[in-house]
Amino acid sequence: MNWQWFHRLGSPRWFYEKTDAWVPWLIIFAWGLLLTGTIWGLGFAPMDAKQKDSYRILYVHAPVAFISMACYYLMAIAGAIGLIWKMKLPYMVMKSAAPIGFAFTVIVLATGSIWGRPTWGTWWEWDGRMTSYLVLSFLYLGVIALQNAFQSRDTADKASAILALVGTVNIPIIYKSVDWWYTLHQPATLKLVGKSTIHVSMLYPLFTMIAGFYVFFTLVLILFTRTEILRRESKTQWVKDLAAGNARKEEVAQ
Amino acid sequence: MTAPVLFELRNLACERDERLLFVRLNARFYAGQAVQILGPNGSGKTTLLRILAGVNRDYQGDIYWQGKPVVDMAWEFANDLLYLGHLPGVKKSLTPLENLRWYAALQGSVADAQLLDALVQVNLAGYEDTPCYQLSAGQLRRVGLARLFFSKARIWILDEPFTALDKSGIAQLENRLIAHAEAGGLVLVTSHQDIRFPQLQTLNMQDFVEFSTFGETAHG
Amino acid sequence: MAKSPSLFTATFRRDLLLAFRHKGEMINPLVFFLIAISMIPLGLGPDKELLMRIAPGILWVMALLATLLSLDNLFRSDFDDGTLEQLLISPHPLYLSMLAKVLAYWIATGLPLMLMSPLLGVMLSLPSGAFIALCSSLLIGTAAMSLIGAVGAALTVGLRKGGLLISLIVMPLYVPILIFGASAVAEAAQGNPFTMQLAVLGAILIMALLLAPLATAGALRVSVNG
Repeated sequence: MNWQWFHRLGSPRWFYEKTDAWVPWLIIFAWGLLLTGTIWGLGFAPMDAKQKDSYRILYVHAPVAFISMACYYLMAIAGAIGLIWKMKLPYMVMKSAAPIGFAFTVIVLATGSIWGRPTWGTWWEWDGRMTSYLVLSFLYLGVIALQNAFQSRDTADKASAILALVGTVNIPIIYKSVDWWYTLHQPATLKLVGKSTIHVSMLYPLFTMIAGFYVFFTLVLILFTRTEILRRESKTQWVKDLAAGNARKEEVAQ
Repeated sequence: MTAPVLFELRNLACERDERLLFVRLNARFYAGQAVQILGPNGSGKTTLLRILAGVNRDYQGDIYWQGKPVVDMAWEFANDLLYLGHLPGVKKSLTPLENLRWYAALQGSVADAQLLDALVQVNLAGYEDTPCYQLSAGQLRRVGLARLFFSKARIWILDEPFTALDKSGIAQLENRLIAHAEAGGLVLVTSHQDIRFPQLQTLNMQDFVEFSTFGETAHG
Repeated sequence: MAKSPSLFTATFRRDLLLAFRHKGEMINPLVFFLIAISMIPLGLGPDKELLMRIAPGILWVMALLATLLSLDNLFRSDFDDGTLEQLLISPHPLYLSMLAKVLAYWIATGLPLMLMSPLLGVMLSLPSGAFIALCSSLLIGTAAMSLIGAVGAALTVGLRKGGLLISLIVMPLYVPILIFGASAVAEAAQGNPFTMQLAVLGAILIMALLLAPLATAGALRVSVNG
């Protein structure tokens, strides 16, 4: 019995204290990788034969696209853990992941649109990939809206966890159908552009950027979750102690 | 008393939105008992009844039904339970008889004649084909209470069943509850009115309040 | 005296009876469907060629929106009068009770929509070859949408104003149904076969039949305690 109490109440605190030490390291790694990848990708990777320099936005577009998808699954899995084991921390992770995931899909759509301007000549093309990410952003919006609609936090957590899980079952179907829809309606002009072959030397900076964005995502998720922990546990003694400790530190600094 | 233990709560606790409603609730309920759950507003009476009825599953601790965890006996338990929440559970666009027919299906097989008889018992004779939206609040309540007159369930969980009833209705309901307990059933009830039962037992929610703050409980 | 029917039959019968006692709620989405379709030529001009080309997509999008209108009613009254919690604690399998409710709901809303669609197809100059595709795709599509929509209705039933939120969370989930439904009609309009699209819609319906009632039941358990 005591175990379950520990499980439910102890773990957010454990997470908060544990991640205290991780945050600076994650900041260093995220900066290091993203900076290296950006300089490498913009300055040293060879130019694409067909798309010239405009392809270089791929170094942001692709990693962010990977993560915005992975984030949805992470959110759904966190929700499922919360539902099954009645734990609190996973719900906080789930709630924090939703706005981050949404922001990432917005970046995917924005970079895709910027990339589309020189390649397709329009800001928006109903391309299969872009349309899928548009729907993905709607799925995120649904989870966020549902989470915010309830007054009771427990209900909000469980309801949005169920919605996230339903979305997870649907994502592959949505993807396949949008893909199929796109090939059905694909305009002839777009087929001409075709797929550019990617040279190996273009890939190394891409991998660096993917790793960098993953670390960055982890960092943001941890920071959001820590804020959520403090908000939800604000009545507990350890958060009160923490706040009192911070106030003392500020006094000493002054 | 050698009556069998029907229902047992071990170390039951309920927390909602970081607020502890009750903790360390231990209780045993025997066949033939009528128990009134006491406590001021907001003390978790309704929540406790909803947990016991299986509507709410967010609790810590264990509930035993006839000596076995209720989660393993879900079907047997549900078959032996009649729960009346503070909502009457009556569809206003249907007639009392149509409402009861649906409840009859919930429970297994009950003949129409029995349902009509139940309506007579709650003084709704002649109303069986009147749409429920034409009934008064007290009459609506009686439609729901008519279930008590054809139910085969042993455990009755009733949340404020006396609400909106007139004097004769209250007396009738009291008699029905006493008869059920005497027949070996178990009645768990909340009420703001005094209940006149010969052998009424009570469970006071204020005995299970945690006075220390929330955080200290977690680490104590 | 005959034995009482099973809970599935009793719930199904009760919900149909309720639907017919509230005819207005049944008819409103149909009227919306009719008026919204009439708005299209008024907005675009009565160009037969143009209407014929956009008819499959427009008919499907409007049908989809019409199904959203009635979705909030699915569990609302059960939640408000307390019969929902009685259903949740009954000893009968919740999966079947959910199925009974959605089936009754579909017969009261999806089926009439499907039956009305040919009339609106005529108004939009839909080629005669596409009517079978329109009806069959809507028959399967509305059933799948009812099942998936029930999850959304169950998630929001505890909220006072869930109507708009349902549309928000359910519409993205309808995307595959819309794509294949509209495509079936479009292909038929051009004289092409459309069995593949119907098969995919059928597969989606089967998946929804298997999974959606479970998610709905889980969502209702959460909402009832909200």
